[in-house]
Amino acid sequence: MSKPLEMRAVYTETLLQLGQMDERIVLLEADLMRATGSKNFKDEFPHRTFNVGVAEANMVSISAGLSSAGKLPFANTFACFAARRTFDQFFISANYARLNVKLVGSDPGVTAALNGGTHMAFEDMGIMRTIPKLVIFEPSDPISLKKLMHACVEYYGCTYMRLHRSFADVLYDETDDFELGKGKVLRQGKDVALIATGVVMVGEALKAAEILAEKGISATVVDMHTIKPIDRDLVIQLAETCGAIVTCENHQIVNGLGSAVAEVLVEEIPTPMARVGVKDLFGEVGTLDYLKERFGLTAAVIVEHAEQVLEKKKSH
Amino acid sequence: MLDEKTLTELTEKAKEIRALTIDAIGYLGVGHLGGSMSVVEVLTMLYYRHMDIDPANPRKVDRDQLVLSKGHAGPTLYSVLADKGYFPKEWLHTLNRGGTRLPSHCDRNLTPGIDMTTGSLGQGLSAAIGIALSHRLDGIASKIFVIIGDGESNEGQVWEAAQAASQFKLNHIIAFTDYNKLQLDGFMHEIMNIEDLTSKWVSNGWFVQRINGHDLAQIDLAIERAKNEPLRPSMIVMDTIKGKGVDFAENQSNNHNMKLDYETALAAIAKL
Repeated sequence: MSKPLEMRAVYTETLLQLGQMDERIVLLEADLMRATGSKNFKDEFPHRTFNVGVAEANMVSISAGLSSAGKLPFANTFACFAARRTFDQFFISANYARLNVKLVGSDPGVTAALNGGTHMAFEDMGIMRTIPKLVIFEPSDPISLKKLMHACVEYYGCTYMRLHRSFADVLYDETDDFELGKGKVLRQGKDVALIATGVVMVGEALKAAEILAEKGISATVVDMHTIKPIDRDLVIQLAETCGAIVTCENHQIVNGLGSAVAEVLVEEIPTPMARVGVKDLFGEVGTLDYLKERFGLTAAVIVEHAEQVLEKKKSH
Repeated sequence: MLDEKTLTELTEKAKEIRALTIDAIGYLGVGHLGGSMSVVEVLTMLYYRHMDIDPANPRKVDRDQLVLSKGHAGPTLYSVLADKGYFPKEWLHTLNRGGTRLPSHCDRNLTPGIDMTTGSLGQGLSAAIGIALSHRLDGIASKIFVIIGDGESNEGQVWEAAQAASQFKLNHIIAFTDYNKLQLDGFMHEIMNIEDLTSKWVSNGWFVQRINGHDLAQIDLAIERAKNEPLRPSMIVMDTIKGKGVDFAENQSNNHNMKLDYETALAAIAKL
């Protein structure tokens, strides 16, 4: 495995490449440019970069106006502001108006770490998932980030991307293909399927699968990078092949990945499942490792849930 | 300057637009009468004298655009667009009915000639900034007109946008405040006063004019001056009367969204 890469560097390099290929692409920032690291885009395209100051709502409606005039805006802020603060602007100016705004929320969930509870978005996907037609995704490694950004530019319509900003292991090869709405199977097993989303939880799910293997339990690991639309076919197939499912998300268990998977299972193929994620708690300040323990977002917790689900599977 | 003949024609046109709008709202029986009446003159002046538009090609890239940020005044804009030929006048009688192309608040996807979806107050000026920035990148010199409500000016986002348009030197934005002094719940000075409105826009770096928003000649002159402003975005604060032209509704605190039976509407039209 190659060395971990800084996701924000991959994001800004990819945005720059996309900007060189497609002159519709413009960048909007709300005074977090130093955090995003998007200076390279601004240096190359100063006239296509708009920093609106600390005014996220304004940024999103401006993005909608740019889109209505034919531009392809990427609007960056922290996930907490993207979802909580700009919801109505994103809903009405961008989505309801059927425009093409790419909203990016960085530092999702526990990765907000030292910024603490005010900045800790455990609810952004849940809020966003109620917007009709919106595509919501969170890349799990540098390669999927790059490829999903290309896919999101090719797609006409609003998207919300959760962006892990710091370092992430490389999980994929350059030859891997990615499609919005199609999950990726990272490891094949037969006893239980661990469906995870995002850098933090895909990583923990892979670790959990190793621990389970040592216990003689064979786990499938899926990177469900897109939580809306959820990959229904894959969820059904996992239920058929494994008969037990654990979802893993750096987010409230309400209305995120776990809910999306549960909705498919209940409607299509009732299957024992458990949801690993934040259980009705506000965020807190701390290091990433502390917060993962604090909110139960670790391989050990996934293993525990997998074993519980396997018990249920026996009597199912 | 407006010559006498043009002024007479435009006065007559404003009367027609007012009549079509009262008719549409009365035919339905209820609607945003007050705020629709207060923007009749400015919309007439924009669409029949100032805006470079082509009803046969509503999405022409270099057209002038209007963002009706107070989207609830849609009925007046629909009357103008129908009269300009964007769609048949018969549509006006479908206002707000299930399946209509003319919804309560403006929708760019439903109605030919509507440039931006609005209705959630406070967002229109921001969207206009986006359009203006895009045009600047593309070297398009067209104007982006925006109409903001006075009650809408309570929204914080309006002032976020005020800063940004000034910072970005968007002199192609020409905005109006429909200052009829009434918001939904009553008189602004009793609910949430926005004075000194003129100074607020001046202090945000805008070129500001204040006029009688029912005086066509004053509107015309203000737009001409705004078009010649080389650097700053323009705000034209229009003193208006909510419900203007409908005597029983004029300046009444309950006229934001009111019932209007068709017989009463026809009688009001006869008095114009």
